[in-house]
Amino acid sequence: MNQSVILECRDVWKLYGPNAETFLNNTPAPKKGDLGRAGLIGAVRAANVQIFKGEIFVIMGLSGSGKSTLVRCLSRLVEPTAGEIHFEGENLLNMSDKELIQIRRSKMGMVFQQFALLPHLTVLENAAFPLDVQGVPKAERLARAQEVVELVGLKGREGYYPRELSGGQQQRVGIARSLAVEPDLWFLDEPFSALDPLIRREMQDEFIRLQNMLHKTIIFITHDFDEAIRLADRIAVMKDGAIQQVAKPEELVLNPATDYVAEFTRHVNRAKVITAAALAEPLSGDSFSGTVPANATIETIGDRVEAAEHPFHVEQDGKVIGQITRSAVIDVLVGRR
Amino acid sequence: MGRWLTSGRVFWLGLFAVTWLLSQYSFQLYKALDARWIIRYPKKWQLPLEDSISAFLNWLVETANFYFFTFRELTRAIAALLEAPYQFLRNLLIEGFTTGYGDSAVQLAPSLGWVAVVVCAIAIGHYARNWALAALVGACFLYLAIFGQWHSAMITLASVLIAVPIGAVGGLFLGIAAYRVPWFNRLLQPVLDLMQTVPVFAYLVPILILFGFGPVAALVATVVYAMPPMVRITILSLRSVPEEIQEAGRMAGCTRRQIMWKVLVPSATPSLMVGVNQVIMLSLNMVIIASMIGAGGLGFDVLASLRRLDIGAGIEAGLAIVVMAIALDRASQAFAERSQRSLPDGNLLQRHPWSSTVLLVILANLVLGHFIPALQTYPDAMTLTTGPFWSDAMEWINVNFFDTFEAVKVVVLQGLLLPVKKFFSGIPWAWGIIATGLISWRIGGWKLGVMAALMMAFIAASGLWGKAMVTIYLCGVSVLIATVIGIPLGIWAAEKPAAGRVILGLMDTLQTLPSFVYLIPVVMLFRVGDFSAMIAVVLYALAPAVRYAAHGLRDVPEQMIEAGVMSGCTKRQLLWRVKLPLATPQLLLGLNQTIMLAISMLVITALVGTRDLGQEVYIALTKANAGQGIVAGLSVAFIAIVADRIVNALAEGQRRRLGL
Repeated sequence: MNQSVILECRDVWKLYGPNAETFLNNTPAPKKGDLGRAGLIGAVRAANVQIFKGEIFVIMGLSGSGKSTLVRCLSRLVEPTAGEIHFEGENLLNMSDKELIQIRRSKMGMVFQQFALLPHLTVLENAAFPLDVQGVPKAERLARAQEVVELVGLKGREGYYPRELSGGQQQRVGIARSLAVEPDLWFLDEPFSALDPLIRREMQDEFIRLQNMLHKTIIFITHDFDEAIRLADRIAVMKDGAIQQVAKPEELVLNPATDYVAEFTRHVNRAKVITAAALAEPLSGDSFSGTVPANATIETIGDRVEAAEHPFHVEQDGKVIGQITRSAVIDVLVGRR
Repeated sequence: MGRWLTSGRVFWLGLFAVTWLLSQYSFQLYKALDARWIIRYPKKWQLPLEDSISAFLNWLVETANFYFFTFRELTRAIAALLEAPYQFLRNLLIEGFTTGYGDSAVQLAPSLGWVAVVVCAIAIGHYARNWALAALVGACFLYLAIFGQWHSAMITLASVLIAVPIGAVGGLFLGIAAYRVPWFNRLLQPVLDLMQTVPVFAYLVPILILFGFGPVAALVATVVYAMPPMVRITILSLRSVPEEIQEAGRMAGCTRRQIMWKVLVPSATPSLMVGVNQVIMLSLNMVIIASMIGAGGLGFDVLASLRRLDIGAGIEAGLAIVVMAIALDRASQAFAERSQRSLPDGNLLQRHPWSSTVLLVILANLVLGHFIPALQTYPDAMTLTTGPFWSDAMEWINVNFFDTFEAVKVVVLQGLLLPVKKFFSGIPWAWGIIATGLISWRIGGWKLGVMAALMMAFIAASGLWGKAMVTIYLCGVSVLIATVIGIPLGIWAAEKPAAGRVILGLMDTLQTLPSFVYLIPVVMLFRVGDFSAMIAVVLYALAPAVRYAAHGLRDVPEQMIEAGVMSGCTKRQLLWRVKLPLATPQLLLGLNQTIMLAISMLVITALVGTRDLGQEVYIALTKANAGQGIVAGLSVAFIAIVADRIVNALAEGQRRRLGL
């Protein structure tokens, strides 16, 4: 992964209530109790996040944890009370309205939980909307919209109005619209939460397919941990406006930073998260039944290892880093570990 | 006994007992104490408001000068601005275009023939929905031609066509401004509140003084009357556009202007169209009323025949108003519900089939009308008149049922109206102020109490206490009767879907009728007086009581009803113990609306000779006394506002108790 930072937020706060700004100036690092006494609500508290180019960064938490507010701070839909947000090296919060509009027109896209389609426009016109407001000529913007509509698999429904589509189809339009300007940074705010479980699964697959083609930098909000570990390169867990831990899914499960994260990850199907590398132990014998890649999850190799007579080699970058045994795999599968 | 006598009950019983005693014995009290101020507000304490307002308006018209132009020039400019398009429409629909004056006038082009107008109406109906609506609208306009109401109807239509765009667009922009600028919104809200409660006659007076007698003054009054609901609906519908849609617009890189015109307004269009429908119906209502200050048209015909007691002509013109109201209402509602359709392909003619047909018909009508006058103006020989029929019918009813009607009238008057009137009129003004304050305080807290007391004190200080009490009594009795009839109807409509469709459909139609129309049959049957006024008010104010009751009962969550059924409730228990308690907030909202409509109608019933605040306003109108009109109008508004706040506080309390 290319490790260049595209978006970074430093010590971002968002407080709701009277005189939030003055309060924060006087009390630079307030505790939760301080906020309560001042009659303020801390929607985002001291958030520090770095987003790397090309990664899928998932912000996850229960409702009311501040994840939606944080992502709105990152896109400056909501004005943070304090902090800095650097996008490609420039502080978003210092930008004028005009510069901000320019950035949104060319570099950002966003998908919304309730789809947020314009009811008076057709599928094609909705997808073309961001280009329309930039003043792109009609023929050109409709051609581009046609491309993205086809990309999300809605060919043949260009002339439909949003109310004539199912929820899943509506969200496809939302995705098409957000991709129309070819954004560098793609925000998805609980895009699949309003959909039925089966459709949700299908849309996740669709999303993975799109990302494999497009390689965007993605900030993805969800309250569904299974969704998070399916999609994420890294996950930030939020509670009461504060970020509890930022880590890879596997790390989150194996080394939770707080009790809250531990509680959260307890009931996760660990076979989906834990990789062979995490179970690798020093080689103990001579006979091996085969080789597995270090980054394979137990879910994918479990059957083979468990059915074989001997341990497997764990291989990383062509080198054997250890062995994985039947009992280690079974421990994970039955939840002992 | 002890449990029954809660502090709340003690308060209400005590308050009523004191009021009743004071009302009953105020005259004796005045005699015993030799204190005339008890029953009559002393003249020397009266505020000289009437005179100062009149003087101010006089100054405004005669001497006010804004440096570059005088106030009179300003009103003249506004008048000219309205006059031009209005005259154009009149020429188009009625008089035809001419050049020159008097005998030397040369006709350039005739007006639109009646055939062309009817085809236009049909085209609009079909464009808005389907052939059924086209047939309805077409039939309505045909009716106007066949029954000889064409000329007056076109005058009314011209006024409505001018007032509606101004009211709708003006309301939209004011609403947008209020949505964007918080302080403007704070400024606007109380004005809107007042505009909705001040009776229409009250602002006819100053407008009459500023703009003079004639169609322009009527147009101004109409716009002023019809705009506030559009402002409110605009603010409301902009606010109810989902937050996410706005955010989507911002993330797409919209400027503020683009957010408003490309995101918010189009998303809110369906609800905005409901506002436009309201503007149309209110304009029609007002154009009719404004015939008193020279709008002419159908309203004038009704008024004139009411004065002549020409029953047949009155009913005919009234029916024409009804027909027009139905046509305008259905067509504009259809527009509001119309879903976007993609344009068909083809050349200009094929893409706009209706526009081209209508254009063709107009041209053909123009040419043919030259040779066949019957196509231009509906021939008099072919008009039907139902006037004699109505006159005969009324006469027959009056001959055969006079005694019955008279008996009903006497019973209701003696049994209900007069005792209540005596009770309210007897309350000494000072206690009236205190009692209103106490009631409001008990229900809505001390702020509401102080406000209510101050408003009642204003009425007393204006020397209008007696008339205000008559207003309250008439309004109270009418609302009581409307509720007693309306809520059972609403319950029936909610319980039996088939009956519901009929009842609610009827109520919808009743509500679209201009308030003026209600006076006609009432006066025909019961002549003038309190009883007639009450019947008209009840008819006019019935609809919200029925609607909200039906709505409230239907809105009771299914689970609650199922819980009731599973607990073994009978149908009756289900209604009384589950549905009605849960529907109370809605019932109270209905009551609120009923009161508001009753008050606004009461002022109009001044035409049939009630001695209340409405009469005061009406007298002011005929004397063109702006001060008197405004003070009386404000008094009516204050009564309405106090009633509105009290009932709203009740509804709010009930909602909180039910946890809704």
